[in-house]
Amino acid sequence: MRRRIVRGLFTLHIPLLVIVLFALAPYIWMFISSLTPEKDLYTKEFHYFPEHPTTENYFRIFSKINFTSNIKDSLIVAFSTMILGLGISVTASYSFSRFRFFGRNFLLVQFLVINMFPIVLLLIPLFVIMRFLHALDTHFALIIAYSTFTIPFSTWMMTGFFNAIPRELDESAQVDGCTRFTAMTRVIIPIAMPGIAATGIYIFITAWNEFLYAAILTGTHVKTIPVALQNLIGEYEIAWGLLTAGGVVSAIPVIILFFFIQKRLISGMTAGAVKA
Amino acid sequence: MNSKKLLFPYVLVTPAVIITVLIVFIPIIETSIMSLFNYVIWKPKDYKFIFLSNYIKVLKDPVFWISLKNTAIWVTGTVSLQLILGFVTAMLLNRDFWWRGIARSLILIPWVTPSVITALMWRWMYDGNSGVINDLLVRVGILKEYFPWLANNSTALGSVMVALMWQGFPFFSIMILAGLQAIPDSLYEAAEVDGATPLQRFTMITLPMLIPILFTSILLRIIWVANSMDVIYVMTGGGPGYSTYTLPLYSFIKAYKFMDFGYASTLAIFLTLFLVAVVAGYVVKVLKSQGSME
Repeated sequence: MRRRIVRGLFTLHIPLLVIVLFALAPYIWMFISSLTPEKDLYTKEFHYFPEHPTTENYFRIFSKINFTSNIKDSLIVAFSTMILGLGISVTASYSFSRFRFFGRNFLLVQFLVINMFPIVLLLIPLFVIMRFLHALDTHFALIIAYSTFTIPFSTWMMTGFFNAIPRELDESAQVDGCTRFTAMTRVIIPIAMPGIAATGIYIFITAWNEFLYAAILTGTHVKTIPVALQNLIGEYEIAWGLLTAGGVVSAIPVIILFFFIQKRLISGMTAGAVKA
Repeated sequence: MNSKKLLFPYVLVTPAVIITVLIVFIPIIETSIMSLFNYVIWKPKDYKFIFLSNYIKVLKDPVFWISLKNTAIWVTGTVSLQLILGFVTAMLLNRDFWWRGIARSLILIPWVTPSVITALMWRWMYDGNSGVINDLLVRVGILKEYFPWLANNSTALGSVMVALMWQGFPFFSIMILAGLQAIPDSLYEAAEVDGATPLQRFTMITLPMLIPILFTSILLRIIWVANSMDVIYVMTGGGPGYSTYTLPLYSFIKAYKFMDFGYASTLAIFLTLFLVAVVAGYVVKVLKSQGSME
């Protein structure tokens, strides 16, 4: 009995604990640094716990750079991308799940392939197009850019969620007097709501996290959090106190949101792969 | 009535199709057209059709070849690191113990971390003057003095790869864990009755049963890692010198810093062609090896 416990310790608990620590270590270090006064970050003596813990970095990030407006820009872009993405993909994925029509497989494969295109392949022409439309440095530019990958992805995701709902439900709804359209809007979509919400939150997270499109398409009037943080990196000096505080502030909502949807999202993502 | 019924599925997919044509396919066509032009945004007068000149220029460009080599190292190295750590994690998480749920949730955190934050956290930990990694290594006695991990030609790429391993290994853990849980227990029980050792059970049951899921997830990761350059961009900006230039990064820098859209488009097209070739090669190789096994 005792030997089994010891063995379990070395073959399971300790290795896994090391991996969990590895996963958390950068966050722990970022959090500790964010509580350290800026000048103490660069002293020769190394401290694993700040000698004079302070929240000044968190106040400075709001007073020194325009972080409130960065948060606002990120929220506007992420929220609109989510609404647009869901609105467009919900009917498409319902159709892919419920009907076998000519061209269905071709379209489905096409949505999968789009997700694999290199970002640079789209980034460059989108810049030219937005410049032509005088839409550079607007929320609109980013919402469009993010939709290039959120729409195909969520179409796939939600097709899977719809597939999990038995077709008999559509049929009995139609027997009960629904049209094809109202069977979808009044019966199936409400049942699929948890999956739709998970997909929506996932879109929100990807849009909130995105950096490359935001760096090239916006940056002056509209500046999302990732770009604002990256701008804190100067040529010769980096304000690590501000950066780590900003990092904590922007990562926490994402992690919290993710914990709400992780089960559903993962079952959606792995379902297809296990079957294949 | 009947034609209306037939049209209904098409009506439902139309918005998605129109939008993707407008914002994905037309722009891609535009990229291929731009690659045939001399197109530097701030030199509108020099805009002209030059046919394949950009392509020839790319093939003669030493930075292109360096970037290509780095891309190959970057993809194989990062995907292998992620796969190994992800596999070990999945095997551990597949056991039954009291803190499994918490462990599984915590391990996913790197995966949802924004790339910019991943890059900044690691850049701070690698810092040559006050980085925690240097301090730990000196304390343990592995290093005599602080080392500038990201500012050294021979360690920069590897250091960024470790950061990306951190960000990406949870993906493999989730996928492989799902695969492990789909293996019926009866297989293991039968093997035990037949007297198979744990190692035999692993090589004869676990691995073969995991092949489909490994195939899909490795493929997805190759594509994803090959394309991802935001972490590299924020951590090193491609430097020192060209030591962390990868193809997408080179294309991005050409467009973003030098506004040379013709050349950047050409690089993007080369990257796409390489990806298609690698993916096709990988698929063919895996299909062949599966065929020979049967």
